[in-house]
Order: sequence, then C-alpha cells, then structure tokens
Amino acid sequence: MTEPDPKTAFAHVPAQLDEPQPVSGTKDTAGERLLKFAIPVAMLALLVAVWAWYVSAYNVPHYILPSPTRVLDALITDWAILSAALLITLEITFTALGIALVGGVSIAIIMVQSRWVELALYPYAVILQVTPIVAIAPLILIYAPTTQAALLICAWIVAFFPILSNTTQGLKSIDHNLLNLFELYGATRWQTLIYLKLPSALPYFLAGLRIAGGLALIAAVVAEFAAGSAGAKSGLAYRLLESQFRLNIPRLFAALILLSATGVMIFAVTSFVSHLLLRRWHESALRREN
Amino acid sequence: MRSSTTAHEKNGKPLVQLKAVSKVFSNGTMALHNMSLNIRHGEFVSLLGPSGCGKSTALRIIAGLGEPSSGSIDWPTSEHDASGKALSEISFVFQEPTLMPWATVFNNVWLPLRLKGISKSAASHRVLEALEMVGLESFIGSYPRELSGGMKMRVSIARALVTRPKLLLMDEPFAALDEITRFKLNNDLLHLWETFGWTVVFVTHSVFESVYLSDRIVVMAARPGRVVSDMKVEAPYPREEEFRTSSTYNAYCRKASAALHAAMEANDHL
Repeated sequence: MTEPDPKTAFAHVPAQLDEPQPVSGTKDTAGERLLKFAIPVAMLALLVAVWAWYVSAYNVPHYILPSPTRVLDALITDWAILSAALLITLEITFTALGIALVGGVSIAIIMVQSRWVELALYPYAVILQVTPIVAIAPLILIYAPTTQAALLICAWIVAFFPILSNTTQGLKSIDHNLLNLFELYGATRWQTLIYLKLPSALPYFLAGLRIAGGLALIAAVVAEFAAGSAGAKSGLAYRLLESQFRLNIPRLFAALILLSATGVMIFAVTSFVSHLLLRRWHESALRREN
Repeated sequence: MRSSTTAHEKNGKPLVQLKAVSKVFSNGTMALHNMSLNIRHGEFVSLLGPSGCGKSTALRIIAGLGEPSSGSIDWPTSEHDASGKALSEISFVFQEPTLMPWATVFNNVWLPLRLKGISKSAASHRVLEALEMVGLESFIGSYPRELSGGMKMRVSIARALVTRPKLLLMDEPFAALDEITRFKLNNDLLHLWETFGWTVVFVTHSVFESVYLSDRIVVMAARPGRVVSDMKVEAPYPREEEFRTSSTYNAYCRKASAALHAAMEANDHL
C-alpha cells in the first residue's frame, strides 16, 4: 500500500475556492490625484491674493501687516540670519525628538515588564507632562549647563510623554490568543517582545510619534521664548522676538513662515513613515471596502 | 488509501491521561469537575458539549496553558525533560485564526519554528510543505488581511502542522466559518489526519461535525464541566461527503444528540 501524497491530498479541493478578499490600496484615479494637489494650492494662492489685495487696498503700514512681497523679500535678504536660526531650532527639535523616541520606547518596555516599575514611574511622567513647560523652563535654565542644553531638555520633556504613553498602551493591547500561542510554543520573554509586542504596538507608537514631532517643535520655540537666548546660537524663536522689538514685521513673518513650514514638514515625514510601515496590514492605512 | 485501522495505532498506547482533573477559576466558577480522560495514539477525539461545559478549558489544560486546580495530566509514552515535563509535540488551533496581521503568510507559518531558533532559510522547506498541505503555497507573500476567513483558518492549520506535531488540539476551529467552507475544511482535515496519523482532540458544539470527523466522541455537561458520555463512532475511514447522508451517520447523530440532550436536561433540574 502506498502512502498518499500529502501534496495531492487536497487536490480535490482547490483552496482558491475561498475567494481572497479584495484589498485596494489607497490608489486614486489620475483626476482625483490632481484635485488632491490642486485644491490646497489654489486655496493658498487665493489666501495670499486676498492678503496682498487687503494690504494695498487699505494702505496698511508694513510695520502692522507687510505685504506678501515684502515678506518674501525679507525671507530672501535675511536668509543668512534666518537659515542659521532655523538650523538651530531644527537641531534642538530633532535631537529632543530622537532622545524622546529612544527614551519613551525604552521606558515603556520597562514599564510593561513589571507593574511595580509602572506604579513607580508613571505618576512622574504624568507630572512632567501636565506642568506647563513655560513654568519649568526658568528652573531648567538655572540648572542646565548651557542654554542649548536647557532648550533640549524642555523640548524633550514635552515630546517624551506622547511616545511613552502611546507605546505603553500599545504594548498592553496585545491579542490574548496570540499571547497564548507564543506561550504554547515556548517563546522566551525576549522573543515575545520582539516578534509580538513591538510589532503589535507599532501603530500606537507611530500615532505618538506624530504628536511628539509637532510638540517637540512647539516646545523648542516656547522654551527659547522663556530662555531669551541671544548671540550666535539663537534659534527662530529668538529671531521672532528680536524682529518684534525692532518692529521688523516682514522678518517676523518670514520667521513665522519658516516655523510653520518646519511643523508641516515634520508632520508630513512622520505621517509618511507611518504610512510606509502600516500600509500592508493596519486598518488605519487601508481603505474601507463597501 | 490505507484504512484507518492500519494507518493508526488504534486503541494503542495512551498518549495523554487526565486523572481527576478539576479547574476552579479565580472568580469561583468550577469549570471542570473531576474529569478523567485517556487519549490514545492516533485517535480523533471530539469533545462535544454546550457552552460553558469546560471543553475549551480541558483543551487548554492539555496544552499546558493553565494548570489544573487539582488532579494531574500524564504523558506516559512521551519523552520528558529534566524537570519531568513532557516533551510532547503539541500544536493548537484556536477558534480565531490568530494570525499576526503585520506578518506575511510565510512568516506566520514560520513562527513556531522561528521561536525554536530555526532560521528562515532552514525553515523554508517545512513552511512550504505545511502550506502545500492546506493548498496555500501560492499565497506565501500575502498578508492575513488579504485572505478570506477560510484561507486564514488554513494558514492557522498550516502553522500548527509546521512543527510536525504528535497531538493536534483544535478549539472549535471552524465554528466561525460558513457551512460550505466548514465542510471543505472538515474533509481536508480528515485527509491529513489519515495521511499523517497524528492524534487530534477536537472541541466542538456541533453534533454533526463531531460524528463526521471523529472516531470517538466525549460528551460533556456544564456547571460543573464534566464527562457524561464517551462513545465510539464505528464508521470506517476514509469518510467522504456520502457519509453525511448515510444511515450510519444518522444513527450516530441521533445517539450523540440524545447524549447531549440528556446532559443538558440533567442541568435543568439542578
């Protein structure tokens, strides 16, 4: 008697009879894609046009509201000062975000390992978060070795919490059946963390990262307002204040535009990273089928 | 095809023995009361009973997911490790497919081997073999999201088979599927069982499914969970779709139904 071939044991029932679910990505038609791009651009053009018209029609003095061309002018002529300041602000924002990312994820991992550690640490994370950063900034300025370090600490405190709290939530929201499965196959704590808990927490972490990215920039600016640092190491916030004191409103606007653009860029980059990592499997990145 | 009596060591050596096992949950519910059960090599045993009769609890205890409150589980013929724990190769199929949504079909099936430290290239042959058994070898790069309910369950079964288990524990694996898909998977499972001769413990609340698949049905009652009847299904394998309409099948369905009703009525008088 011959052993039936396992490969043909199923030949009578093609698996393809179960139809795979159609999953459409986020692919738009060419027309839709064009509109998605054209509408925001048209809206921006309209707003700038209204602004330009208002300034010239009502003869608004440029130290109250400069025209768009004056702002553009300031952006170009003051580029040397502004770009140096932008670099400083970017450096603080991204360093703080980087440390918050590593620190937030590590502390979240440590907290979910033990309830006692969580009980000990979590209240302080909350206290740091709920105390307004402008209120702590003066103290940090006294203790920090340099103003740069103080700004970094402020930005870090603000960016740290959303990453910590989201990652903790994600690490706790694991499918119980999958946990059972890992236990059944004798997974070590380390394997469970790497193959199950971290991928499972990824969507939560990425949501936290998007919030933290925006907050890190805000905190870097707020802290610099509080610190009032001057000299070669000034960031955009200091240039904003300085322009205000000197009634150089076009430069103030130019600095403001740079800050907004930076914020938008951070949001776009974190959203894009999130999309890349989740697009194949997570509900948030998939289109609803109706 | 071999007949089941030669393919399996029927009435062979005991594989796992539950001795007076009781399980009380922390909220005080007695899920299992004094349950004794011998499962022999090569058997296809169904645990049949209403919800809350402890059939899933019994399965989890056999799997080692939770200790019994009293009683013991023995693996008389298995190898034991240094601590005396049996090294029986058990696989578990849950009611839900329980796949990792972020991993491809290949990576999901690779998981049990990966956890044993087997690299992707070393495991690939066995992963493909398991996927061929369930007819999904052309879907290795797909994500669970892209598969139908029946296909997800096939992946789940392939993952259970990839370790080449001796004992396959299945907790209502097809309960959430439509009837057509369920019948198909029933047949596929029987073919694989006849081919490879593992031991299967299959939890179900369907009389028809238990009669169609198993050569032994253990009927359980609820509150507290206990065994009330243990019957043989003396119908030869291979069983095909015609078996579903045969008089033997009907007779066993009636018998199992009666046992199940008796079990449930006993509770109504409590």
